[in-house]
Amino acid sequence: MRHTISVLLQNRFGALTRVAGLFSGRGYNIDSLNVAPTHNPDISRMTIVTRGDDATVEQIVKQLNKLVNVLEVQDFRDHEYVDRELVLVRVKAQAKSRAEVMQITDIFRAKIVDVQPESMTIEITGDEGKVEKFIELMNHFGVQELSRTGKVALPRR
Amino acid sequence: MLGSEILVAALEREGVDTIFAYPGGASMELHQALTRSTQIRTILPRHEQGGAFAAEGYARATGKAGVCMGTSGPGATNLLSGIADAYMDSVPLIALTGQVPQAMIGKGAFQETDFFGMTLPVVKHSYLVTDIADIPRIVKEAFHIAQTGRPGPVVVDFPKNIQQQRAQPVWPEKVDLPGYEPSPKADEVALNEVLGLIEKSERPVLYVGGGIITGEASKELRAFAEATGIPVTTTLMGVGAFPEDHPLSLRWLGMHGCAYANWAVSGEFKPRTNPGDPMELVAPGADLLLAFGVRFDDRVTGKVEKFCEHGTIVHIDIDSSEHNKNKLVHLPIHSDIRYALRQLNGMLSRRPLQKRHTAWHEQIARWKAKGPLRYTAKEDVLSSVHMRDLLAGREQEAIMPQHVLEVLYELTAGEAIITTGVGQHQMWAGQWYRYKFPRQFLTSAGLGAMGYGYPAALGAKVARPDRQVVDIDGDGSFLMNVQELATARIEKIAAKAIILNNQHLGMVVQWEDRFYGGNRGHTYLGDPRNMRAIYPDYVAICKGFEVPCERVAAKSDLRAAVQRMLDSEEPYVLDVITPYTEHVLPFIPAGRTVADMIY
Repeated sequence: MRHTISVLLQNRFGALTRVAGLFSGRGYNIDSLNVAPTHNPDISRMTIVTRGDDATVEQIVKQLNKLVNVLEVQDFRDHEYVDRELVLVRVKAQAKSRAEVMQITDIFRAKIVDVQPESMTIEITGDEGKVEKFIELMNHFGVQELSRTGKVALPRR
Repeated sequence: MLGSEILVAALEREGVDTIFAYPGGASMELHQALTRSTQIRTILPRHEQGGAFAAEGYARATGKAGVCMGTSGPGATNLLSGIADAYMDSVPLIALTGQVPQAMIGKGAFQETDFFGMTLPVVKHSYLVTDIADIPRIVKEAFHIAQTGRPGPVVVDFPKNIQQQRAQPVWPEKVDLPGYEPSPKADEVALNEVLGLIEKSERPVLYVGGGIITGEASKELRAFAEATGIPVTTTLMGVGAFPEDHPLSLRWLGMHGCAYANWAVSGEFKPRTNPGDPMELVAPGADLLLAFGVRFDDRVTGKVEKFCEHGTIVHIDIDSSEHNKNKLVHLPIHSDIRYALRQLNGMLSRRPLQKRHTAWHEQIARWKAKGPLRYTAKEDVLSSVHMRDLLAGREQEAIMPQHVLEVLYELTAGEAIITTGVGQHQMWAGQWYRYKFPRQFLTSAGLGAMGYGYPAALGAKVARPDRQVVDIDGDGSFLMNVQELATARIEKIAAKAIILNNQHLGMVVQWEDRFYGGNRGHTYLGDPRNMRAIYPDYVAICKGFEVPCERVAAKSDLRAAVQRMLDSEEPYVLDVITPYTEHVLPFIPAGRTVADMIY
């Protein structure tokens, strides 16, 4: 099962490695990982998306809680949180396809951030469903490069 | 002050009186500072692994953090087994390492290893000092983390250039670790439920572990057991948490634990030889298992689904990640165990238990009569070739390893602190010596690190000079840290060692005999060209170290020899020649059930 785990941790040397090690040490892959300081520069928020059976993820969450630098851990269930992801995608756009790419970009409320003679770079923000759908559509035109932040999430409370 | 001096002053402020430290290029500045300390005794082990195990012995014997130190690179990697051991067995250990100067980190410098990275999976926490101003805070936090909650090892890696810098230290008043809550307290409702479960149960058992010892809760446990009349079995880590001569004691359980302890927990079944056969119940085991400060280790549970299969399980532990990790339990309670037991005892004194569990005690008495620990001197003893010459004319006098422990128990009145290596001798030391107080049995239980026994005995003896400290060792394990005889001799540490010398890696031999048709896979430690001789010659080795040693091969010589060893004011080694044909029983093969127990 897919889990979105949010970790608040003190911004200390090695803290990221400790968190990542709890996953790799159990043979678990991290689908995406986002980490950056919160409004308090001493504290970072990490959003981890991973796949695993519930018992193992429960173990990982408890182990995360044991880490000295970890302040809070949440394993989000459906609808308990809002999430977004930002993606930059460079897509092939020649004269004949450019209009169509721009049209789709518009429908998705995405933004063109760079235009080159043969390509365009588009920024899209949204939840997982929207972002995936957009990438799928862009694949028809030819995705040249893509970079995504991974999911960031906050609890609804 | 120099960075090195700030570190030593910080150790002094934590009350450190002993450090086991082996110098090298990246840590010699720290040793220079240690020479100026009047509070700290620096003991030079002869190998960093010995130093780490000695610091663990010190910590296990006292509950205070043990401190060891090595230089960068190989000095640090040699500490690694001790750190892993402390992690597995929840021992408060501070491991200090020198590191190459910051400017050299990542350059493949001489004696450089990423020790912070290397130790991540086996530490409770770790630090790489990057600023001289952080030293006081780091050391204070390190000791706090190592010694509170579920104890464990903390690594502090210290680059040489910071050791050589100068600064005026600012000592923090208290630690500030907002994400670290070491003492959870059980909720009243849950504890009430525990008492309700006891009241309803017919066959309750207390299954207690090292948590009772590290949580300093032995007294409370005893009061609780006596108030409820519930029989107590311990894990190997919990040996000493409850006096084994107490009528409620079932001694320890698990793979080589007492048959009656295993029956009391999981039930008695008709013995079967084929694990495919159905399990036929003879008498049911616990209907309520009170698991306090334990972690359902596989050496305890065997096949985990069959462990206390039909009982309600209450699990109180300070570490919530142990709840439902190996075994799903019915009532997990996250708490400091001493707090929980005190609360329970308080409730019991206000409202004493009505239930007496008389039939259960009768059943346990029957089990104790049916499955006591036992051994017999067998005919095949002299198939141990190494015993033939030594016993020529006295063939009936072969010394069984269990007998050595019985004699030692008698001559020390059960008051000695016992350390062990890992293997058959370790199990016999657990079985045939009986323990009555916490921190009396110091053994590498989780990691199972051979070579642990003698250095751990040194650490324990330094911490408890008032006690007789005896390492029960095997010839394989003892050789792994034999160099620590020099430490014992030079530092005048009167730790004793008994080698149960069967010329083999006995535990592996036992498995070979049971599961591999007796084929020897490099488990013979003697000289294959002269199997009648004892190799190596420990008496000669000890002579080189100037440590008194004698060899005993005949039963009638044993008692006096053990007495001479105990009477010695110096370190002393007794090399006792035993047969390799003896197996540790009872034995529940790995992953099997109580129905498969050989006893």
